[in-house]
Amino acid sequence: MNVFKKILGDRDIELLIGKQLRTGVVTASCIALLGGIFYLAQQGAASVPDYSQFKGEGAEYTSFRGIFHGVATGSPTEFIQLGVLVLLATPILRILFSLLAFALEKDRLYVFITTLVLGIILFSMFGGLKI
Amino acid sequence: MNILIFSLILLAGAYVAGLLGSLTGLGGGVILIPLLTLVFHVDIRYAIGVALLASIANSSGAATAYIKEGITNIRLGMFLEIATTAGAVGGALLAIFTPVNTIAILLGVVLIFSAAMTIRKKHEHAEQTGSKLSHLLKLNSSYPTPNGEVSYRLKNVAGGFGIMLIAGVLSGLLGIGSGSLKVLAMDSTMRIPFKVSTTTSNFMIGVTAAASAVVYLQRGYIDPGMAFPVVLGVLGGAFTGARLLTFINARTLRIIFSVAITFVALEMIYNGFNHQF
Repeated sequence: MNVFKKILGDRDIELLIGKQLRTGVVTASCIALLGGIFYLAQQGAASVPDYSQFKGEGAEYTSFRGIFHGVATGSPTEFIQLGVLVLLATPILRILFSLLAFALEKDRLYVFITTLVLGIILFSMFGGLKI
Repeated sequence: MNILIFSLILLAGAYVAGLLGSLTGLGGGVILIPLLTLVFHVDIRYAIGVALLASIANSSGAATAYIKEGITNIRLGMFLEIATTAGAVGGALLAIFTPVNTIAILLGVVLIFSAAMTIRKKHEHAEQTGSKLSHLLKLNSSYPTPNGEVSYRLKNVAGGFGIMLIAGVLSGLLGIGSGSLKVLAMDSTMRIPFKVSTTTSNFMIGVTAAASAVVYLQRGYIDPGMAFPVVLGVLGGAFTGARLLTFINARTLRIIFSVAITFVALEMIYNGFNHQF
């Protein structure tokens, strides 16, 4: 009985993680679609930027501050980048959910493993890797 | 060409990439990068940036169904993600010092390898004796089949972990999911049944890609003008592909496509050697 209960709990959490992943992707796509439509309405007639030369994007597209500032002023391209942020956050949030799940199960080994994975990702986000 | 036309063509191209990626099991990114660089003449760095986004969207979108069926081994995925995320961050760092042409050549080689992997013989046998480490890490599990639950055990965990590290580096360096290498590690090395390794690999790709994508975003590789048609197109294509797979036998398509992708890969390698990126 105890084993049965444990499996059931495990499955619930797995299903929750599955749902969270889909919600994240759907939200990100909706934001990107909306931003895309506004972007095309505003700049659709302009000629395509030269993507064959790599220049790199400016701070408005590459930092939290820049993106949120652009969204606040109603710029469609920053709105698309917000969708990108949601998309990037989706798997990271999934790790947080897993961490919670393993903690509830009191599975210490996997709490450690999950924290390690989360640490690696956070390191790459904030570790000053921007060179 | 104006932005509207460019976006629509890109959307259609990304749709085809997502469709083929899902039908063949190669994933959208692998097809997207040659499409963007060879057809649209986009700089490979921009292509890598958006391909990573496509991989995340694909992986997260498909994972829901697999998790529901109970095939994905979440513990195994989590454990191996230590290797793939560490590798991916390393790969994204390495990318700064790697010449663009070298990246194109490497990508060509990985493409050929992936094409070969899609037509390989699949490992469906569930092992009944596991290694000590697999027991210690609680990696042994079971999965549903038409004949009921089948339990399986893992071998050579350390070897699989090592290959995952390489898969992570390639993923970070080239902006692809490197699903084929992940499956190689789980299928051939750890002796996991094919269905479990494919779905668990897909589950891991999102996290691996996110680990390097956060670096690429900050480095300015992700352009909004390309991001929205690519993400929407690949997702739409993958969705259609998943539905089609239940009706059609993808085996012939897989072989034709593997040959086609090999030619594309050779062109990438050729252009790379001629410094055309």
